[in-house]
Amino acid sequence: MNFEFSEEQDLLREQAQSFLNQHSPLDAVRAVLEGDQAYDAKLYAGMAELGWTATTIPEQYGGIGLGHLELCVIAEELGRSLAPTPFSSCIYLVSEALQLFGSDAQKQRYLPGLASGETIGAFALAEGPQPATAANLTSRVEGDALTGTKVPVADGDCANFAIVLAADADGGSLYLVDLDGPGVQRTTVETLDPTRSHASIEFSAAPAERLGEAGAGWLQTDRIFDRAAVLFAFEQVGGAHAALDMAKEYALGRFAFGRPIASFQAIKHKLADMYIAATLARSNCYYGAWALSTDAAELPVAAATARVSASQAFHECAKENIQTHGGMGFTWEFNCHLYYRRAKLLSVNLGSLPRWKNRLITNIETSNALSA
Amino acid sequence: MDFNDTPAEAEFRAAARTFLEANATLTSGAPQRDETETEQIERAKAWQQLKQDNGWACLNWPTEYGGRGATPIELIIWNQEESRYDVPTGPFAIGLGMCGPTMIAYASEDQKREHLPRMAAGQDIWCQLFSEPAAGSDLAGLRTRAERDGDDWVINGQKIWTSGAQFSDWGILVTRTDPSVAKHKGLTFFFLNMHSPGIEVRPIKQISGGANFNEVYFTDVRIPDTQRLGEVGQGWGVSLTTLMNERLAVGNAGGADFPDLFELASKTDLDGEPAINNAAVREKLADWYCQASGLKFTNYRTISALSRGTTPGPENSITKIVSAVKMQDLGSFGLDLMDMGGILNDATLDPANLIFQQNFMGAPGYRIAGGTDEILRNIIAERVLGMPQDIRVDKNVPFSEVPTGNS
Repeated sequence: MNFEFSEEQDLLREQAQSFLNQHSPLDAVRAVLEGDQAYDAKLYAGMAELGWTATTIPEQYGGIGLGHLELCVIAEELGRSLAPTPFSSCIYLVSEALQLFGSDAQKQRYLPGLASGETIGAFALAEGPQPATAANLTSRVEGDALTGTKVPVADGDCANFAIVLAADADGGSLYLVDLDGPGVQRTTVETLDPTRSHASIEFSAAPAERLGEAGAGWLQTDRIFDRAAVLFAFEQVGGAHAALDMAKEYALGRFAFGRPIASFQAIKHKLADMYIAATLARSNCYYGAWALSTDAAELPVAAATARVSASQAFHECAKENIQTHGGMGFTWEFNCHLYYRRAKLLSVNLGSLPRWKNRLITNIETSNALSA
Repeated sequence: MDFNDTPAEAEFRAAARTFLEANATLTSGAPQRDETETEQIERAKAWQQLKQDNGWACLNWPTEYGGRGATPIELIIWNQEESRYDVPTGPFAIGLGMCGPTMIAYASEDQKREHLPRMAAGQDIWCQLFSEPAAGSDLAGLRTRAERDGDDWVINGQKIWTSGAQFSDWGILVTRTDPSVAKHKGLTFFFLNMHSPGIEVRPIKQISGGANFNEVYFTDVRIPDTQRLGEVGQGWGVSLTTLMNERLAVGNAGGADFPDLFELASKTDLDGEPAINNAAVREKLADWYCQASGLKFTNYRTISALSRGTTPGPENSITKIVSAVKMQDLGSFGLDLMDMGGILNDATLDPANLIFQQNFMGAPGYRIAGGTDEILRNIIAERVLGMPQDIRVDKNVPFSEVPTGNS
């Protein structure tokens, strides 16, 4: 059995850590939080230069064609550092969608730009504060023109194009839309995690080109989300461990009643529970990584398992990190809230925890039925 | 990443399977047994002897002591394969898992050659005499006295929670030899014949109805000094060797788990449809699936490290605490799904074979045995995360001056 990353992959992890320590310290995350820029462009260019954006894109489309295990390693480090870039939109969602469902022409048009980091893509599904469903979706394509409003769209304000799920004569399909083209109006929206920018995008008869089969949009989205869920789960595990480390460092240095608060069982047990949650999530992520990298039939179950336990772990670690810091953890000045914000974003961005729990059981029912 | 054996591991697994197929029945096809404890012990001894005769006993022990000199990963492969079969290994778990490794580390060469092969062949059963009424989580607070008398030590006191004492031939014992020094410094470790005069074993009836544990009383029991393990006053260090092996041995609490609850929820009605269609039920199922899956793959990570020949990380330290709590909560929820019938504990009336009842009544013990939930959290915080120990008011005080309360 070989259920750990290889030495080469561990080497990649070390390189990623050292790059991100230098180029994406929490000060840089905070600069995006407090500033006007949508993302840290210099950081993203550096990541592209290292080939991270090109990792899973085939060579014929400008990538380097490595496997998804390498991408999982990078994702964990991006999560740990809270790197404020559109990497996840471009690579976990849009690049995966294009590789799964794009025509050769569509891949030729979009993948090289994603691989080089020069083009940014966004994935647009949500339409306000409720789950988007076939019954309530109002964005619609008539002919080749998309009309409707998507909000929130991660990286929607800085992206050059988007993949949009819209209703149409066939039920619902995915469409590629040029966001710099006609019929598109974008506004940056305020979110709980301003370190990752989000937009409201209003389409008024914007030219749209279908991605993949007509009427398959919802099923395609499920497949894309299964793959993205594993990659986001690695970000969540990275973030959970970073929050745990921060809580531990603070507890070791903070004295009360004449001793480090890390020596009190109330704090030790809290941190032990954070470690337990993060460890369960990490192990489930490894299963997800295996399923993703081998395109296993188990992917839907493995992805939902990784997402549920990683969402729980990051939330647990982020909130208890604030609690461990006491009043200082509630100040803007301390960095605890950066993890708290990101944990919530990542636990709803592909659909909420209750929905993924339900999806996990549904996937188990389906796979049991298949194997019976 | 892959789940495959290396060629050498595959060859070893095939050999293990060949032996097991020829000599045992798969658990799934095994008959229901209604046997006495004595009959079960006899069956266990026969199986252990057969394993020893064929080189499958105590795989990781040196060959001169009755083992096979196998690697850690080979031991895991054997355990994986053997666990699929209906074979009785329980009576030997403590002796082979904890007493044997302690003897290997501290006994004399002659003692090892005398006792370990008999242990490995199932001829002698061993038990571990550690906990006392006033010394559980705080084991070093134990009070059983050992006093020097010529070439012997004389033991007086009481141990408790001693699994298998009623059928054990030998035991390992930690005692207090000097109450005038701090508690960790006055301990001395022995092994002794459980058939010695002055030993009385009384079973303890548990809330689950069974009686796996005992109280063991010592009245002027004599142990030759040659059966001391480690120096006088160094018993705590020897105990830590045993406890390290206990943490390796006490793993997943087991019991009814996700597949059992999934099946129950699929066939039990709730509000006019299968319970599994209920959102609250699905949410709980998902949580337990994620825990069970997380434990399984955490174990796989440990196995991978052993397979590579490297030292596993600390990740397996979460196994007992997560699995014991899950065992309790999942068992309780299974009973809830049976609604008013959830209180039944009658095998002839209960369709789910009482597995949820067994979880419910057994789990409180698993949350305590081998380190309570609370002690395990301390261990994770201190050994894994590197947090400091709590301040201990008894640390540098002579044991005789440490305050005592209820036992």
